[in-house]
Amino acid sequence: MKEFTPAPESASIVSVTDRVQPIALGMAVTSVHFLKDRAAFVGGEENVAFVDANCEITTVAVHSGGILSTASDGKRLVMGGDDGKVVSIDAKGEVTLLATDPKRRWIDAVALHADGAFAWSAGKTATVKSGKAEEKSIDVPSTVGGLAFAPKGLRLAIAHYNGVTLWFPNMAGSAEFLPWAGSHHAVTFSPDNKFLVTAMHEPALHGWRLADNRHMRMTGYPGRVRSMSWSAGGKGLATSGADTVIIWPFGSKDGPMGKEPAMLAPLQARVSAVACHPKNDILAAGYSDGTVLMVRLEDGAEILVRRNGTPPVAAIAWNAKGTLLAFADENGDGGLLEL
Amino acid sequence: MSDATSQKIPVTVLTGYLGAGKTTLLNRILSENHGKKYAVIVNEFGEIGIDNDLIIGADEEVFEMNNGCICCTVRGDLVRIMDGLMKRKGKFDAIIVETTGLADPAPVAQTFFVDEDVQKNARLDAVVTVADAKWLSDRLKDAPEAKNQIAFADVIVLNKTDLVNKGELAEVEARIRGINPYAKLHRTERCAVALADVLDRGAFDLDRILDIEPDFLEADDHDHDHDHHHHHGHDHHHHDHGHGLKHYHDEEMQSLSLKTDKPLDPNVFMPWLQNLVQVEGGKILRSKGILAFLDDDDRYVFQGVHMMLEGNHQRKWKEGEPRESRLVFIGRELPEEAIRKGFESCIVS
Repeated sequence: MKEFTPAPESASIVSVTDRVQPIALGMAVTSVHFLKDRAAFVGGEENVAFVDANCEITTVAVHSGGILSTASDGKRLVMGGDDGKVVSIDAKGEVTLLATDPKRRWIDAVALHADGAFAWSAGKTATVKSGKAEEKSIDVPSTVGGLAFAPKGLRLAIAHYNGVTLWFPNMAGSAEFLPWAGSHHAVTFSPDNKFLVTAMHEPALHGWRLADNRHMRMTGYPGRVRSMSWSAGGKGLATSGADTVIIWPFGSKDGPMGKEPAMLAPLQARVSAVACHPKNDILAAGYSDGTVLMVRLEDGAEILVRRNGTPPVAAIAWNAKGTLLAFADENGDGGLLEL
Repeated sequence: MSDATSQKIPVTVLTGYLGAGKTTLLNRILSENHGKKYAVIVNEFGEIGIDNDLIIGADEEVFEMNNGCICCTVRGDLVRIMDGLMKRKGKFDAIIVETTGLADPAPVAQTFFVDEDVQKNARLDAVVTVADAKWLSDRLKDAPEAKNQIAFADVIVLNKTDLVNKGELAEVEARIRGINPYAKLHRTERCAVALADVLDRGAFDLDRILDIEPDFLEADDHDHDHDHHHHHGHDHHHHDHGHGLKHYHDEEMQSLSLKTDKPLDPNVFMPWLQNLVQVEGGKILRSKGILAFLDDDDRYVFQGVHMMLEGNHQRKWKEGEPRESRLVFIGRELPEEAIRKGFESCIVS
């Protein structure tokens, strides 16, 4: 195959590549989260690497094996590993063991509630720990694919094969089953608590309007959706999986039913990771060819943050104020951009 | 083998009916001094006598795909485990998936065809079936799972041969060959088989369909005889071919081989094959072929599992090499006449 030489960068796209501070983490990376103003890059196994504003890297050991799942509330990061452990790490880098699976099963999914409660799953069992209350567990019909807490109340969504189980851990017999054929992985509530969306094993999303459990099918992706991010105010859900960023409209009471999604920032590569800005209608998208773009939701205007030519972007995140953007590719080469 | 293929992690699927000796073979593989590290996906913890931090317990979860393909099932647990294992890339050289004794190998195999992410990182190497020389003949009569596992196999480890006499051994081998004449068969006691015979076989690698040609050829004689009997209305019971080997025709599960030295019309053949696996894919467990198309100097190879097919041009036909097309189907109640007729219609006369 002939080497493909891209044309010199066209003048029409604004570039801030020269303002990005490069980071070489030297480990495979799967996600990034800001804990206060430090970026915490989660490795494929064993370590979390903190990167501060000066791009100084501090590595902390968290698991003795693969890190399978992560969730963060901006104050701490909760992780599940193939060592059967649920651990958290805070902004200071302090690691706390939260739970251990008695059979050392893989911790496939974790979730973190705004009030500090956390949940994890191993096999078909999901467990919630809230404050000083005892752990509470529920078994679903098949292995848990994803977990998410509702924004209001202590309610957990548990995605599995053929649907999602909604559960109030503090109310006995409260589990409600939302069926939809197929295997459901990641799950997320809309910030207004009106919609629930899952990323399926097949290249599609499925949604439910929680008021009446009406179905929303969101299909047309060429690849599986692995990254989802709610835009500021929850008006849209930005997703990976296609060669453009697909943003489903959730601003009205009907959500995306009967509507077309916005398709922004098309490239000759798949979107591999998305992160919406926490305050403004801007998102950052990473692609399978290593490109990182900032995209304005209103008109799709793009700013180049990183050029192509590397492994896929695996991790991308904003800090809570929206002043810092961190990203890394699968091999751990990334960057930090201050706005 | 292409670079892209060789970088993918090979996956060996280990099947076999209850008590045949799967765990014995697994322990043998893991304890041998081969300098390789295996990630092992098992259904029951505790049976493996080797310390290995990459032994993963799995619940066989067979999921239907929502792609309108009725027989298209995958192992949902494998999709998840493969995802997790890929985070530890570099910590192991190969993956072994042990199935339960009652498992159908198809969903496991199909997982490696259907799932994009799994396919990107791993490749199915071979389905290895451990069979019990003493009891397999009985199980083939009463356990459809056992028959499936034999039909699906690329490699059959016929174990516990010390527990049967020569006649019984010939009998069970003939029964296996009646279902699947193409698998490599190894007779063992306590699963003592060379690891090279079960690992890194490349049985699903299109580029290595060449390598299995000796089986192809060997089997062809057998099939020729079979045809002969068919034409004379044989009685579907075992019959002696006069070279000391019994031949069985399994009523339910058969293999069908097709051959022609005339070129095939790709514009007729491709739609025919696609349609065949769409319509009869539930019955066809495995398919393979090496094809000579009209006005095409390249060999075309394909292989499939149920409704899933993959194929590609492999290489130039060599000078002097007979440009023959050969196809093999292994399946349940195959509509033999219809398949033969369909195939003949693809031949350019």
